[in-house]
Order: sequence, then structure tokens, then C-alpha cells
Amino acid sequence: MTNVTDAPQIARPTAKQNKLTDRDKAERRLGIRLVLPAAIVMALVTIYPICYAIWLSLQRYNLRFPDDRKYVWFGNYTKILSSGVFWQVFTNTIAITVISVVIEFVLGLALALVMHRAIFGRNIVRTSILIPYGIITVVAAFAFRFAVSPDEGGFLFKHASTPPLSSHYGSLAVIILTEVWKTTPFMSLLLLAGLATVPNELVEAAKVDGASAWQRLLKVILPTMKSAVMVALLFRTLDAIRIFDTVYIQTKGANNTATLSQLGYNQLINQLNLGLGSAVSVLLFLLVVLIAFIFVKGFRTDLGAVRGER
Amino acid sequence: MAALLLLPLLAACGGGGGGVPTLNWYIGKQSGGWIENAITECNKQAGGKYKIQFQELPKRATDQREQLVRRLAANDSSIDIVGMDVIWTAEFANAKWIVPFPDSERAALTDGVLKGPVESGTYQNKLYAAPFTSNTQLLWYRKDLVAAPPPDFTWQQMIDTAAGLGKKVQIQGARAESLNVTFNALLESSGGRFLDNPEAGKNATISLEPGPTTKALAALSNFANSPVASPELNTAEEDTSRAAFEKGDSVYEINYPFIYPSAASATAVPDLQKKLGWARFPRVDANIPSRPPLGGFNLSVGSHSTHKAEAFQAIQCIRQPANQLFAAEKGGNPPTTSAVYDQLTTDQYPFKDVLRSSINDAAPRPVSPAYNDLSLALQNVIHPLNSFDPAAAAVALRKLCEQALKSEAVLS
Repeated sequence: MTNVTDAPQIARPTAKQNKLTDRDKAERRLGIRLVLPAAIVMALVTIYPICYAIWLSLQRYNLRFPDDRKYVWFGNYTKILSSGVFWQVFTNTIAITVISVVIEFVLGLALALVMHRAIFGRNIVRTSILIPYGIITVVAAFAFRFAVSPDEGGFLFKHASTPPLSSHYGSLAVIILTEVWKTTPFMSLLLLAGLATVPNELVEAAKVDGASAWQRLLKVILPTMKSAVMVALLFRTLDAIRIFDTVYIQTKGANNTATLSQLGYNQLINQLNLGLGSAVSVLLFLLVVLIAFIFVKGFRTDLGAVRGER
Repeated sequence: MAALLLLPLLAACGGGGGGVPTLNWYIGKQSGGWIENAITECNKQAGGKYKIQFQELPKRATDQREQLVRRLAANDSSIDIVGMDVIWTAEFANAKWIVPFPDSERAALTDGVLKGPVESGTYQNKLYAAPFTSNTQLLWYRKDLVAAPPPDFTWQQMIDTAAGLGKKVQIQGARAESLNVTFNALLESSGGRFLDNPEAGKNATISLEPGPTTKALAALSNFANSPVASPELNTAEEDTSRAAFEKGDSVYEINYPFIYPSAASATAVPDLQKKLGWARFPRVDANIPSRPPLGGFNLSVGSHSTHKAEAFQAIQCIRQPANQLFAAEKGGNPPTTSAVYDQLTTDQYPFKDVLRSSINDAAPRPVSPAYNDLSLALQNVIHPLNSFDPAAAAVALRKLCEQALKSEAVLS
């Protein structure tokens, strides 16, 4: 656990971009040959289903009405984008994502700072912080559901006039709480990796210059570990936007808490509406691509940095 | 190598081929062992003509359906007998996943059977699902706290009586099929219906006339916004209601009869079972007799089964009165054959007469190939129950159901 982190960052060789030596070229060729099999497998297992989903999304195709199958081009998309249910679900998903990722980031950073500074019991502290992440999401979701529903034996909200899972905001709060509890450790682990890349001399120098602890965090530590922060936020955002199991277990989408994944699942699995369901999935896919693009291009997140590639 | 590995598997699959055909019966797990009993009995009676095997599905009807439709849509030929929830008939029949019973077999499956269950298994004048067990909801009340409700007892009277005592009434308001169980009964009890012409199948048109629909929705809304509604109404399923009623602060409960045996072991109220009274589902309009909800299991033959003739025979055997009696006594599932009620003991089924007449007069939920979508449309519009305006919801429901009937509605 302890040496996950050191990535030599200082004194990076510069200005050799354009002149590749023969050795560089040979290494690059070898590199391509090594990743090729993996790339082909990835293409088979991801590109084919994605294309198939896009093709399905252009049809009216419901397994319960096989005779009515026909091409409707973008008909499914207009139906979805003009339906109130979709926008409700979209709003829920975005709300859950933004709120949970923000809370996770703040808590995760605090935990990462604690873990970074821990002097004794480093391993125990780091391992115990990771426990929630090791618990299966479905189990965590059930645990929180049981805790807050008095009728299912919950010990919280025993005397509340409306238990949380009976109201819209209450349900959203429980879902977000579960997500935060479950994935903050993941966030803090990524941030811990980033913290290790911040040179101690830099922090010491800032201290000598009279910067307060708060200033050191905001002006020195966070900017230096920016790529780790962005990668952590990107991973969590992409995960959170696809949230399914927590909601499925806790509310099944009741009290207007359904999410995009669940909407797709309902159209596909419950209603066997392959056309409409695939269109929802494609829209979710586009949303994920858009978010990844904004992070990578807009905020210049360097996906290689955290893995210590450069 | 691969062939060698596959051989034993293939051999296992083809086991029934030469000798006795194996009939796979897919049905949800039931307590009381009445599925296993029917299988043992029928395998004995078959005398080697077929052998029924239990293929267990999940407990909840929604989960059962999800597994079944996935297999049926993929033309799974291992599905010989399907344990059908009463609401699946039209959907499965229209998709050609199940086959109708030959006319020659029909009489034996419907003679002496209560009206509601037969209606639930019939689609476009053909019997696709043979009635096996049934169920309905009764109005349960605390004899020690309130008087027996008169025959024309209404929802409003129920709310007022309970509110006067400062007590609760337990019904199911979770965003689940149980919501449509309640709503459809209310709608039919108000003189309305979902579909104008269910026999038109997928070309049927939505009825949901504004008058009765608004009345039914208002009954639900009044209930949910009254002090007698449980704080957990919006997540309450059948078992939640039972548990809440047994705590003792409720005077009425609308639920299936499984709560009666359970009341014997309730601890919060001493002798709760002896304090339980029962009556028919309350009315919405004092002048219109109520139409109680209908549940239960029917039996169908999968259309890709390779042993259809044997499966038809097996169903005749499974649904025979002796097995229905076993299911009623051991599993608490009311029979569909009228005469079986006479064999039930008043000790176990003191309410058997009101049960039988309720099932006979019950209103099956709309028999439509898009039923599942209609039910979801309702859940989308009226849940949570304390947050809709009856008149506006009636308009919204109609609009969404029209899309849902064509399976074009986006539903969560």
C-alpha cells in the first residue's frame, strides 16, 4: 500500500520531441505490437455492441410486437427528448452526480491529507479507509435502506412523520449519502497518489514564505497535483452519471428518483423496447463521451500523469 | 477438445429425448410447498407419460416476468409450462410466446370456475391461460374498535371512521404493480375502465373517461392526504401493510388473505386474529357495487415447447381441485374452482364466502398486450400518492396511456 505513489516528476528531459532516434522508433513499434491484441479485443467487445445499439436505436423494435418492426430513423430520439420523464430523470442523474462528486472530493481530499500525514499505523489507516470501497454496492445500498426505513427494522428516523425513502428529497439524500460513503475511499486513494507527487520542498518553501496552511493547500498543493485531481473527478463523474444499483435497491426509481441507466434498463429489460431503450443508452453514452471530452480537452486532464508515465 | 467437453452437457440435455419427456414448469417460488405437491401428484398420475420438473423463478411477480420474457423472446424451447401471473395473458399471447388451449380442452378448464379468473386467462376469445389459483383483497377491520361496515361502505366512510378514532388505515402505495391493483379496482368501482375494447388486442383504444377516472384518483388522493394514511404509504407493499397493521395503531387494512394466518402470531396486539373482521373491498360510489382486485396464477403452454400435447395434459392435472385445495390449505392461495371453497374449513377460511364472491365479481386488470406499459404509465403519473391533482392526473394519465398502448411511451 505504501509505495503506490512515487512518481518522479522533477527534471523531466525537454526538447527532444522531433528527433526520434532509431531506438525510439523501434520501441514505439514494439509498443504498438504489444498493445495490438488488447486493442483488437477491446474493439470487438465495445465497438460492436455500440454500433449495434446505435442501429437498434433507429428502429421501432419491441420484442413483444415483433411484427411492427420498422425503421423510424430519429423517431425514438425525438420521443425521448420530448418526454417529460426523460428530463426528470436527466435532472435527477445530474443532481446525484454533481452533489455526490463534490462531497466526495472534499471528504476524499481531507482523508487523503490525513493518510498522507499519518505517522503511525499508516497501513492500518489506509486499509481501513478503503473498507467501504471493498463492500459490494448492492450490500451498501441495502444497508442504508434498512437503516433508514423504520418499517424494515431501521434504527434511524423511527419517529419521523415521513421517513426519508418516502419523499423525493429524502430519497435523493439517502442515495447520495450511500454513494458518498461507498466511493469517497476511491477518491481519496487517487488524491493520495496525487499528494505524493507534490515535492515537500515546495510546501516547505511556501511555509518559509509565510503562507498559511489554507494558502498552501489552495495555492501550492492543489495546483501541483491538478492532474491527479482532474483524473479523480473524471473517473468519479463518469461512474456517478451511470449510477444504477443504489437507486434500484433503495427506491426502484420511486419518488421521482430514477436515473438515466435505470430508464434505459426499464425500456430494454422490462418493456423489451429495444428501439427506445437503445436510444436512451446511446444518449447516455454520448453524455459520457461529452463529459470525458470536456475534462480531457477543456481542463487539459493528463490521463498519463497519475499512472506515472511521464 | 471442445467437443469432448460438450458431450456430457449434450447428453444431459437430451436425457428426456428417448424415454419420458420432461416438462419444465417455470413458476415463482411459493411458500407451503403446493407447487412441489402438484408436481409429485401429477408425476404419479401421469404413469410415465411425462415428468414435470420445477424451474424456480424469483419471488416477486415483476422479477418473474423479467426472466420469463427474456427467455420467451429468445424462443427458449425448454419452457413447457408457464406459471402466469393473471396480468400477463394478453402480452404473452400477442407476442406468440404461449399457445391457446384447444377448444376440446377448454370446457374442462373453465366449467365451475369463477368468472374473474376465466376472464383473466382469456384473450381475444381464446383461453390462453388455465385458471389455477386466485386471490383478491378484502377489507379487514378491528372488530374490537369499529362496527362491521355496511354493504355500501365507501372509501370516504372508511377514512372518516378511522380519522374519528385517530387511527390509521393500511393500503399499498409503493411504486409497484400493487398500485395498479388498487387503482384498477377503484376505477372499475367508479364505473370506469382502462380500455374501451380489450378484445381488439393491440388495436384497443383507451377509455379512462374523465368522470370515473377523476373519481377513482380523487379517492386515492383523499386517502393519501388524510391523517389516516401511513407515513410510509408511498413505499408500502403488501407485507409492509401487514406488519404495520399488526403494530396495532390501525383499524382498517385492505390486503390479501395471507394476513389472517399471520395475525395469529402477532405480538403487539393480543389475540389479533380473533379481533379481525372482514368485508368486501369498499365502494367508491355508495350506489355502485365495488369490483375487488384480482390476483393469482394461471397456467399456459410455451409456444416453443417440444411437448405441447403432454403439457396440456399436465395442466389439466395440475389445476385439478385436489391440488387447488392443497394450495389453499398449505399456501393460502384461494382456489379458482367454485366447489373447492365448500371443502375449505371455516377454521382456516372463516371468510371464504366473501372471498368467493369477491373473486367472482373481481375486475381483472386490463387484458392488453401493452399491460405492463399501462401499469408503468399509471405509476409514473400518480406516484407519490399525496402529490397529484386528480383532475390534472386524469388528463395526464389518459395521454400517457395512449402512448403506452402503442408501446411508444418513455416510462421510468
